[in-house]
Amino acid sequence: MTGAGRLLRLILRRDRITMPLWVFGLGLLPYLYLSAFDTLFATDQERTDYARISAENAGFVALYGPLHGDSTGELVVWRGGFVPVMIGLFALLTVVRHTRADEDAGRTELIRATVVGRHAQLGAALLATGLASLVMGAVVAATMIGAGQPASGSVALGAVFALTGWIFAGVGAVAAQLSGGARGARTIAVLTLGVAYVLRLGGDISALGDGRLEWLSWLSPIGWMHRVFPFGANDWLFVAPAVVLTLVTVAAAAYLSTRRDLGTGLLAARLGPATASPGLRSPVALAWRLHRGLLFGWTAGFAALGLVFGGVGSSVVQLAEDSAGVNEMFSRIGGGDAIVDAYFATVAGMCGLIAACYAVQAALRMRDEEQSGHAEAMLSTDVSRFAWAGSHLLFALLGPAAALLAEGVLAGVVHGDPGPVLGASMAQLPAVWVLAGAAMLLIGVAPKLASAAWGVVAGALLILLVGPLLELDRWVMDLSPFTHVPHLPGADFTPVPLLILTLIAAALGGAGLLALRRRDVPI
Amino acid sequence: MTEAVDVDGLIKRFGAVTALDELDLHVRTGEVHGFLGPNGAGKTTTIRVLLGLMRPDGGTARLLGGDPWADATALHRRLAYVPGDVTFWPNLTGGEVIDLLGRLRGGLDPKRRNDLIERFELDPRKKGRAYSKGNRQKVALVAALASDVELLILDEPTSGLDPLMEEVFREVILQEKRRGDRTVLLSSHILSEVEALCDRLTIIRAGRAVETGTLDDLRHLTRTTIRAELTSPVNGLAALSGVHDLSTEDGRVAFDVDADALEPALKSLVAAGVRSLVSQPPSLEELFLRHYATDERSGR
Repeated sequence: MTGAGRLLRLILRRDRITMPLWVFGLGLLPYLYLSAFDTLFATDQERTDYARISAENAGFVALYGPLHGDSTGELVVWRGGFVPVMIGLFALLTVVRHTRADEDAGRTELIRATVVGRHAQLGAALLATGLASLVMGAVVAATMIGAGQPASGSVALGAVFALTGWIFAGVGAVAAQLSGGARGARTIAVLTLGVAYVLRLGGDISALGDGRLEWLSWLSPIGWMHRVFPFGANDWLFVAPAVVLTLVTVAAAAYLSTRRDLGTGLLAARLGPATASPGLRSPVALAWRLHRGLLFGWTAGFAALGLVFGGVGSSVVQLAEDSAGVNEMFSRIGGGDAIVDAYFATVAGMCGLIAACYAVQAALRMRDEEQSGHAEAMLSTDVSRFAWAGSHLLFALLGPAAALLAEGVLAGVVHGDPGPVLGASMAQLPAVWVLAGAAMLLIGVAPKLASAAWGVVAGALLILLVGPLLELDRWVMDLSPFTHVPHLPGADFTPVPLLILTLIAAALGGAGLLALRRRDVPI
Repeated sequence: MTEAVDVDGLIKRFGAVTALDELDLHVRTGEVHGFLGPNGAGKTTTIRVLLGLMRPDGGTARLLGGDPWADATALHRRLAYVPGDVTFWPNLTGGEVIDLLGRLRGGLDPKRRNDLIERFELDPRKKGRAYSKGNRQKVALVAALASDVELLILDEPTSGLDPLMEEVFREVILQEKRRGDRTVLLSSHILSEVEALCDRLTIIRAGRAVETGTLDDLRHLTRTTIRAELTSPVNGLAALSGVHDLSTEDGRVAFDVDADALEPALKSLVAAGVRSLVSQPPSLEELFLRHYATDERSGR
């Protein structure tokens, strides 16, 4: 660990803007929720009614997790139930960025040749992420106590935030050792996070109904964190597995890092064909080679989502039959099946946002190709810029379509009513395309800021999750393309908004392509 | 004589930085043209403008009779390019990259491809990440040289190659030269390579062409170093305008002399009586150093 201190300072220096954004952005969210709830509910009766209905709403439980109380603190924790996913994302991305990505860029080689211990870089990356998570937790605890919430619950919520960061920092560290590069490491780590979330979701929804699959949630670190129930049970028991998992992953990463050579993964690289297959003769053929792993991975992930969402649907049906009160409430807004419809509509919206992540990732591949010099090699041949960009856009547009199709078909078939469920998933596609179009526009017009496309996705996510609660103005809500997608199944299908979204996507993408053709490559 | 590359007064700015400052570059069809300059002089930027990857802010550039920006893809069918800093897709093998780039340029000769792979001792089965810098360079070279094109644009093509492979590269380029129908624009730092291969060369500095011509033309611009032992003191040497850095000590003189002052200088030596004489021919190195060094005469 020699030199870890200096490397830690280097990391803090390099991340001096992004790290505070994450730490304070997420750390202050509970406080914002608290203020919103305080103004939202005039009386205690209103609040407890809201809590009772929400606790039985399968769509809500899918998104945010289980709710077992009706105090303002508990509602804040519950409504912020997706925050652990964001913290996990921050932690694993930060660790991979400062370990594997540096290694890919050749910086690690330079640093390792100085007076720096074998584990110093991994140690510094974990330390930086762990400290940032701790600060985030402290911000949460301090602001909640400051707002008059019980200290025990505030500290427990802070601990949940910090521990989530620790767990996924460890996951990122292990992933960084397994794959052959940073991109693979991110994929493994994000996939692990996704699996943890889906297990939690499946278990919690099942618990609403017959509870046969409730154990799924107990397999998930995110599930553990939900079960602390700050301001409610304050069950510190679940802190133990989180700390153990952190220690195990960190130790495993440290061990694995000594078992591999610099710049390689644990799996040895194999020799490939000496000549290209006859089909490898166009930009699209190359794009297929570059994108197929992503396409298979995402489609498989969405298929798994479909199985879980569809399977859990039966619990929702049972819930609708069992709970007269909830049924009555939903019958007011749309008949007996409304509770099931609302669940699938929520789930479809979530899938749309996840598919948008895929679309942006695939589109930004273009920028990777440009920065690595690959675009220069392609564009010095008989390949026009439109053909080159189009080959990547093809996958950014149709890849999410394939993924949503897999999810919709499987969820629908498992649920037993394929048509409407599939329709709900596919209706997300135009909104997904708008985000792909926004990414293309950035690549064309402001290539150095192209990764801001992730900010656009994050914005849409925040508007979906936080917007209604914080009572954002209508025009802010309207900024997200997902606001305009009809809430299928259940709501009336109106093609006009989908058509307009598709046109907006085409306009954004087209403007981006034109700008790309006019600018220097590479920038 | 037709020109494969015809660049006049080319200007390219990146924000406040002027990368190309009224650059002129003329490459005749069928010649091997050396393109020399210190790091950051604008060689790669010039090449990127010629490839239609960057748009100039002023001046004109013609490539194979076309507009490099507007006719980019049509022109790219007739040329092959080896970038200076080569990386390829990590999940494609070297052989696949060679075939792909060759096909995208409109086809490559499989016999020639295999012959080149053998000569450069390249293993085409390895994947992108597994190649060292030199081997990546070989992949790019084979892809370019195996294509049947009129113009080769090579940006420091031998950087990272070992001396044996540099020799192979020279042999291949000399073979191309003998064929006579291919034009090569060769940006390089290796002077022996330029001396061995190039018909003409252009030296650029800070985005401007400072010298251009054949090697012999340029040699005339350089100074010969003379050392002589004399039987009597020499007169009038210091007064000659083409004599530089003259030192006299115990009947020995040493000085550099410009090509046009060589004859009067030697005459005055002979007049003093020569016991021994060593003359060092002008080298490209010296020419190079003179232009690379930051003296006021050769730049701004």
